[in-house]
Amino acid sequence: MAPRRPDVDPTAAVKDRSMQRQKELIASYYDRLAAVPETGEKTVATFVPGNLTELLLSFDIVPILPEINALQSGMRQKSAGYINEAERMGHSEDVCTYVKCDVGMLAGGNIGPTGKILPAADMLLLSYTGCFTFMKWFELLREEYKCPTVFLQTPYQARGEVTPEMRQYMIEQLKKVVIPSLEQLTGKKFDIDRLREALTLSARAEDDLVAVLESAKHRPSPIDSYFGGVYYIGPIFTAFRGTQEGCDYYAMLRKEVEQRIADGRGPTTPEGDLEDERFRLVVEGPPNWTNFREFWKMFYDEGAVVVASTYTKVGGLYDRGFRHDPSDPLGTLADYCLGCYTNLSLPKRVELLSDYVNEYEADGFLINSVKSCASFSAGQLLILREVEERTGRAGGFIESDLVDPRYFSGANIKNRIESYLQMVDQKRSAGVTS
Amino acid sequence: MTRTCQEIAAYSERLYYDLEFGSCKAWKEDGGGHCVGYMPVYAPREVIHAAGAMPVGIVGAGDWLEVIRGDAYYQSYLCHIPRSTVDLAVTGRLEFLDGMLFPSTCDVIRNLSGMWQMLRPETYSRYVDVPQNFDPEIGGRFWEHELRELARELGEVTGTEVTDARLRASIKLFDENRAVVNEMYALRRDQPHRAPTSEVYLVLRAGNVVDVETHTALVREYIDTAKATDRPDMDNSRVVIVGTFCEQPPLGLIKSIERSGCFVVDDDMLLVSRWFTADPAPDGDPFGALARAFVDHTVPTAVMYSPTSGRGKALVERVRRARAEGVIFAAPSFCVPALLDQPMLVAELDREGIPYTAFKYSENTGQFGPIREQTGTFADTMKLWSAA
Repeated sequence: MAPRRPDVDPTAAVKDRSMQRQKELIASYYDRLAAVPETGEKTVATFVPGNLTELLLSFDIVPILPEINALQSGMRQKSAGYINEAERMGHSEDVCTYVKCDVGMLAGGNIGPTGKILPAADMLLLSYTGCFTFMKWFELLREEYKCPTVFLQTPYQARGEVTPEMRQYMIEQLKKVVIPSLEQLTGKKFDIDRLREALTLSARAEDDLVAVLESAKHRPSPIDSYFGGVYYIGPIFTAFRGTQEGCDYYAMLRKEVEQRIADGRGPTTPEGDLEDERFRLVVEGPPNWTNFREFWKMFYDEGAVVVASTYTKVGGLYDRGFRHDPSDPLGTLADYCLGCYTNLSLPKRVELLSDYVNEYEADGFLINSVKSCASFSAGQLLILREVEERTGRAGGFIESDLVDPRYFSGANIKNRIESYLQMVDQKRSAGVTS
Repeated sequence: MTRTCQEIAAYSERLYYDLEFGSCKAWKEDGGGHCVGYMPVYAPREVIHAAGAMPVGIVGAGDWLEVIRGDAYYQSYLCHIPRSTVDLAVTGRLEFLDGMLFPSTCDVIRNLSGMWQMLRPETYSRYVDVPQNFDPEIGGRFWEHELRELARELGEVTGTEVTDARLRASIKLFDENRAVVNEMYALRRDQPHRAPTSEVYLVLRAGNVVDVETHTALVREYIDTAKATDRPDMDNSRVVIVGTFCEQPPLGLIKSIERSGCFVVDDDMLLVSRWFTADPAPDGDPFGALARAFVDHTVPTAVMYSPTSGRGKALVERVRRARAEGVIFAAPSFCVPALLDQPMLVAELDREGIPYTAFKYSENTGQFGPIREQTGTFADTMKLWSAA
């Protein structure tokens, strides 16, 4: 269990310097968005998986990321009201709560998570990667914004491979649809050198991020790759990939984590360092955002550390070798979109999870199945069985949602996690794990 | 001997309830060749046929299979069609299929394609990634390549090469089939008392499990018989059903809607049968023709991206063309495409003052009373409005 620091307010969260910096970066991003009416910057709404941040930067465009808005609203306890509003407007209780959170937020005046009004998008860049709902989401938003919508279809890696034709299809769309639309929106000519510069910075940050993620192979792990991981991926998944600020953040984070390793310290938690790593877990699926801290506490109270997670790969599988490549600007954007986690076939996901369990010497793996997201959830019960069979480690299964607090049953989830960890312990005692 | 409409429907109903797919197995045993399954919403049946295989529409198991093993693969908050389809697979009922295609309908069917690879690694399967870019030079080219790859792979499965001549012949057969299906829909639209949806649907559905020529003949027989059969007209309300393009409503639900006082004069069930709004070009490269037809002449549906806000308007047009008085949104529970599309369609209907009602169902819904009451009230209300 993480010992509470005596000098810390029990309601406040302990944060590392990098976490503070991350918070500042995200706040600055929202400030920049809020200032758009004054600055006149162009905005393009797009999604995290398959985002083309470097390309947008090369046109001086500020991205709006509805998923990030939704999860931030969830963490700040605003999502329930937005979802209720969307359902009052006729949106089904059966569909993605990110969408309803976004629709409800828009209906309520588009007040962003930080309390400032978000600008209307000048364009919707529908990066259709790994999630069918994205398409419907932006069709819905288009009705509200009445702005141009540009579609970028990423073919699905159904057989776990990228064919030359898939890649070519994407490059063609980038050349003939996306870039001309951005030129028209901004009145600026596409500058491939600016794109290359941003891609160079991206690759540098990606190197550092991978070093951070792979630090979890140490014992004790200096990071939590799920709950801490979502802080770490924040800048690179939002507006800071391809920027110097992003590079500086990841360099700082890497140093911080290396220092943790040198000091033999475990990961940070909202209540201080975790000192007794009792369980090393791999987690599949997105976290719940409305009860994020409560959810995290269920793990660190038991000494459970997440050493690898798939959610932190929805914005790119950098740890499997992908880097943005400035020598092939459009090709690398295509490869990036094609390679995001939710664009992988289920057999590939099983392979990845099994590899994580083995490489990170995990005691078990846990699936947090979220109601909202069929892209993740459909097939997870088979994934569970397959990974158990391949690794011999215990699998666990819990259910919640992204930003709808009605689907977070704390007591139920806590019971399940505790029972699961008991099972892991028993298996471990029987000498099943490493 | 001439069959009555009821007898044709009864024959089709036997096919509908046959979860052992006896008609397909019989076709294979008679030297027909191979069978390749496909899920909703769209698969290029012409290519399957040109490879010497019968395209078999797999749309779950309806309400007459108690799904036991399939439920173990899916959480409660996912739709029903994948769980009954998995049940069919793990209970051996789909062993006769030599291949299976999973169209890019939604994330559930997409992920099912991966599950299939793990559950049935010995059987050919392919995810059918249709283009959402409708520029012939971009999406069209991509799709043409997909079609060629599919043809090559199916040729390896069946041992029959998909030549241009074979594909052209198959396209022609499916053009004829689509024409006769459209004619049946037009008959129902114009004289719904002669062609009730509970029959039309069964006849349409038979196309999932019989070869295309047999199906074309069956639909023709039904049309001719229905036209020649006197049936009493009724003072029903004319409705369009929307949302039924993937997981199918149980037959009892369709009957309940009709018995509540509605003539269903258009719907989006089994859209594969009338996917193209214009035939592929008969001459030239048949792969190119199929690809071009897809990007130029695909029916508006929730699973396809609309570059403009066109689907709502297309629905209004369908309502007008069918002279319908209202729309019934019947979406399967947890069907993301249908349920996310609905608010946009509703907004357009509101703008046009077209009444609608909405409910959800599963393929195994067994309680039709509340739905009958809802659609009955809807039908009555429309009658009152139109009388006012």
